[in-house]
Amino acid sequence: MITDVFTILWKEMRELFTRQPNLRGGWMGMLIFLGVFGILMPLQSGIAWVTAPTTLLIWAWVPFIIVNSVVADSFAGERERHTLETLLASRLSDRAILFGKLATAIGYGWGITLAGVVLGWITVNVVDWQGQLTLFPLLNGLGIILVSFLVATLAAGIGVLVSLRASSVRQAQQTLSTMMFLVIIPLIALPLLPEGIRIRVSQFLVGVNVETIITAGILILLVVDLALIGAAMARFRRARLILD
Amino acid sequence: MNNYAIRTENLTRNFGALRAVDNLTMQVPQGIVFGFLGPNGSGKTTTIRLLLGLLELSGGRAQVLGYDIASQADEVRLRSGALLEYNGIYERLSAEDNLEFYGRIWRMPPSERKARIQELLTHFGLWERREEAAGKWSRGMKQKLAVARAMLHRPALVFLDEPTSGLDPVAAAALREDLSRLAEREGVTVFLTTHNLDEAERLCQQVAVIRRGRLLALGSPDQLRAQAGGPRLEIIGRGFSDQVQQKLRSRPEVSAVHLHNTTLTITLTDTVETAPLVSLLVSEGAQVEEVVKGKASLEETFLTLVDEENQPQSKQI
Repeated sequence: MITDVFTILWKEMRELFTRQPNLRGGWMGMLIFLGVFGILMPLQSGIAWVTAPTTLLIWAWVPFIIVNSVVADSFAGERERHTLETLLASRLSDRAILFGKLATAIGYGWGITLAGVVLGWITVNVVDWQGQLTLFPLLNGLGIILVSFLVATLAAGIGVLVSLRASSVRQAQQTLSTMMFLVIIPLIALPLLPEGIRIRVSQFLVGVNVETIITAGILILLVVDLALIGAAMARFRRARLILD
Repeated sequence: MNNYAIRTENLTRNFGALRAVDNLTMQVPQGIVFGFLGPNGSGKTTTIRLLLGLLELSGGRAQVLGYDIASQADEVRLRSGALLEYNGIYERLSAEDNLEFYGRIWRMPPSERKARIQELLTHFGLWERREEAAGKWSRGMKQKLAVARAMLHRPALVFLDEPTSGLDPVAAAALREDLSRLAEREGVTVFLTTHNLDEAERLCQQVAVIRRGRLLALGSPDQLRAQAGGPRLEIIGRGFSDQVQQKLRSRPEVSAVHLHNTTLTITLTDTVETAPLVSLLVSEGAQVEEVVKGKASLEETFLTLVDEENQPQSKQI
């Protein structure tokens, strides 16, 4: 099955990087994300971009956006362009097709995120040289790698489920955009809260053990990811996809 | 079973209250081009989807290449190629990448894959443009590419849904020749749906006609023509009065007489001498300009079969 998953991955990447330049996915999308998160924001933040534990929150959020920009196309795009039925009529198993699609979204989102992390680290060290290489704190570095992977998987799982049900790419994108908005509501709403509540939230965040939060977050993400993949496997049935 | 590529027994598929395929029982021998004919919405595409295991059965059973379509659909798909209702071409990819992708899916070794892609693209006259995005191509070129894709891995059975649709006459003729050759030399079974009855007549050793999911007839084109009616005589002229037509109908060798404008069509019960009939017409005062002996085309046969909506049971020949 691994070979088949890589075959799907090969085709998806080929399509992703040969499509017309646009802001969603492909080279253009990748360059924009790398420019913003690998150069612009590190330049603004300076050395804190590498050393501060809060950057983990940014890197947890980035793959969600990147994956969302491409995952809507996974099944809805095949259906819309009338290529899905031919693919389903091939020798590929249901799981190979599904995991191939998931692997593409995860690989694209996680890959660009990690490239952004490395580029940001280089940018910071070049423009804010401390006499020696400034490295990510170990826990932060590992957290970024693991959390970004799990978030990419979360976004891919949600996206594939939405794309499986959507009749068009536009419909899938609209649904995912709505979800995206719900995710960022807390970030927008926090500064708008009354000062008393904000102070209490800040005190809570300062008081908590970062390691505990990261570990709990990873475990929760892991469980949710597995549940989403299970749901996608249950949803993916050839006969049902043809009728959809 | 070994002599049949496809064998169905009371194959049935319902979509809610609609019965798309209705107790379809037929056999398709191996190594032939089999034509599956029927008007739009008659259940052709649903039947192909059922045979490929892409839809669940509502009833009956079927074996394709010896494998049960309900429990061994993976084996069926492994050994089949398909050009379905839509060509399924990835328009952002080049022609070469489209075939490369399906070659990888069928796990063809790289060297074999490369050679086969070159062979097929050259054969269809697409090799020079192999690196272009397929989306920029004409419908006919995409159709050729889709046929190449269906044949890429040398399957034992190929399902082709309207394969010559969108092809120019030269390309369509070349494809028909390819399909015949495939069946003859390589023993490939071709299951073909088409609206082009002339094409079916020239290409198919056997045809099935379905309507509303029910099998109306199954046999060789000659057998179907014989079923629809015997040899006939077309006489172009004037003065074919009702009295003349009645005299013709009374003759034992005449089974039907039909006048349309200046053409009188006489259907005969058997191959008989036609001169006495022409003499009769002339002696009754008709003016005969042209006489053509012939037999019903497959198209006429098809139309006759499809018109017989109230026919209680299918005709197996």
